[in-house]
Amino acid sequence: MSSTIVQNKEYKNKQRVKDNFISAFIGFFAFVWIFPILWTIWTSLRPYNDIISYGVFSWPRHLNLDNYFTAFRKMGLTHYFLNTLYVTIPAVILTLFLGSLIAFVVSRYSFRFNLSLLLLFTAGNMLPIVLTYIPVFWLYIKIGDLFGNRSLLYNNYLGIILVHVAFQVGFATFVLSSYMKTVPKEISESAIIDGASVFRHYWNVMLPLLRPPLAALGVLMSCWIYNDFFWALILMSEDSKRPVTSALRQLQGQYITDFNLLAAGAIIVAAPTVILFFVLRKQFVSGLTLGSTKG
Amino acid sequence: MKTAATDKKIRSRRSLSRNDRFTLAAFIGIPTLMQIIFLWLPALITIVLSFTYWNGINVSDIKWAGLANYKNIFFGTPVFYEALKNNLVWLLWFTFIATPLGILLAYQIDRKIKGHKIYETVYYIPVVLSLAIIGIIWNFMLQPGGFVQGVMGRDIGNAVSIWGNYSINTYVIMGVASWRHIGYIMLLYLAGLKSVDPSLREASAIDGATEWQTFKKIILPTMRPVNIIIVVITIIESLRAFDLVYIIYGTSTAWPLLNILVFQNFAGQGISMKGAAYAVILLVLCIGPILLYLRNVFKEDLK
Repeated sequence: MSSTIVQNKEYKNKQRVKDNFISAFIGFFAFVWIFPILWTIWTSLRPYNDIISYGVFSWPRHLNLDNYFTAFRKMGLTHYFLNTLYVTIPAVILTLFLGSLIAFVVSRYSFRFNLSLLLLFTAGNMLPIVLTYIPVFWLYIKIGDLFGNRSLLYNNYLGIILVHVAFQVGFATFVLSSYMKTVPKEISESAIIDGASVFRHYWNVMLPLLRPPLAALGVLMSCWIYNDFFWALILMSEDSKRPVTSALRQLQGQYITDFNLLAAGAIIVAAPTVILFFVLRKQFVSGLTLGSTKG
Repeated sequence: MKTAATDKKIRSRRSLSRNDRFTLAAFIGIPTLMQIIFLWLPALITIVLSFTYWNGINVSDIKWAGLANYKNIFFGTPVFYEALKNNLVWLLWFTFIATPLGILLAYQIDRKIKGHKIYETVYYIPVVLSLAIIGIIWNFMLQPGGFVQGVMGRDIGNAVSIWGNYSINTYVIMGVASWRHIGYIMLLYLAGLKSVDPSLREASAIDGATEWQTFKKIILPTMRPVNIIIVVITIIESLRAFDLVYIIYGTSTAWPLLNILVFQNFAGQGISMKGAAYAVILLVLCIGPILLYLRNVFKEDLK
């Protein structure tokens, strides 16, 4: 008996040494991981002339936030941030709303086409996006011409919002419907017995119960749509209407020589999602895992 | 039993008022219509267009091309095979290096080793960044005047080109791509690991199993559903890979990928339906993993 305890103790000690080693190893790489970001922040705090005159690794002679103020002023970041808001907020709300409608019907009513519907939406989320470029582009212009206003969808926030919704709604539907399956059926039954209409059943009974996954998805999708810079490059012909991530890509070309200013710009644009991640980390993680690790 | 179920269904359908039926139709109809118009219909049109010649302006100009676009790609476009090779390299790298590293990382962090909370955060930060920002951040590391050049002792004046050096740029691109992928996989796996019964692990520790044995014999098998999802995500991400390379090289074919070729044929020198054909080839490659994913996720419903 005592010999097993001693053995166990020995084993534990050995394991502790090993764990410390593993922790140090992962810690070292954690530093490597974060280093590019730290380096960008460091670069953003120094004036360009310092690097030109004294070299990349020179001791800093000036450290200040000047580049940040200049970035806001010269790059017009406030304007681009507003563009991002015009796209992100309606797109996220619309995605969650439409996704919750389908999820509600599929999980509360037993129609024959439920599964096909769910498959249609979930598979849609996994299609290669490039498959839709040509027709969407063409469709937008034609629909615009039909209504006598070419920039009804093309070169308009509405057009970008719609493509984002079409792509993200599949994921929202999938996550919300698998969550709704865990909500007891009795709640719905009592609502139906009380004579609630379908709309009341959805709006007053189910929707409040969906708050946790809606919050999680909301955070995650805000981040995804915020980060996308691609649709705007295709569907927005005017630079001034593009969201901040697309604008950053252009500013990169424009300010290629003043990379301390560009560093400040990159950090400013990165800040919202990183802050979102730190503040709403729980929602962030559960949004991602609700969808992809169910099984 | 079966008749009872059908009875119930019929009753519930009959009990719906006209208003309710209208609401339900709208609930299903509006999102579905949108999904079809902006996603499925364009996808189908692209498949059809891949068999045509068209400049992308007037419908009346569309000319049937048969398999010409595909023939052109398979027999007349060497860069296609280069792109295929790069996608394959990407896939192999992710499958055998980045994804396993993410899984091992998740496993260690889940064991609550010292500093696990900080590590989890640090490794996940790259995942929340836009590729547009990642491109800029890594440029600060690698461009003339950047950190790596500084370490190599090169000033702005005599810098070496890292993105343009074909013997190393594949590794550099894979490195930057992994910077993002490992954190993503870690987080997905970590969530799955939380559902593994801790007593299983204790039992194997008491039995004197090494960490590696515990991982291989206990953790991996119990995580099977998550494993499948991660395999699918890895494959699809490798096939769809695009943004990072686009940020670095634009639509040039300095380091071609299937997705870059699609885009190259849409933008630049006029629209060519060869781009549509590339997109369809990409779709064909993605179908297997997509079906695997759907089957895994809807296993119970499909029965």
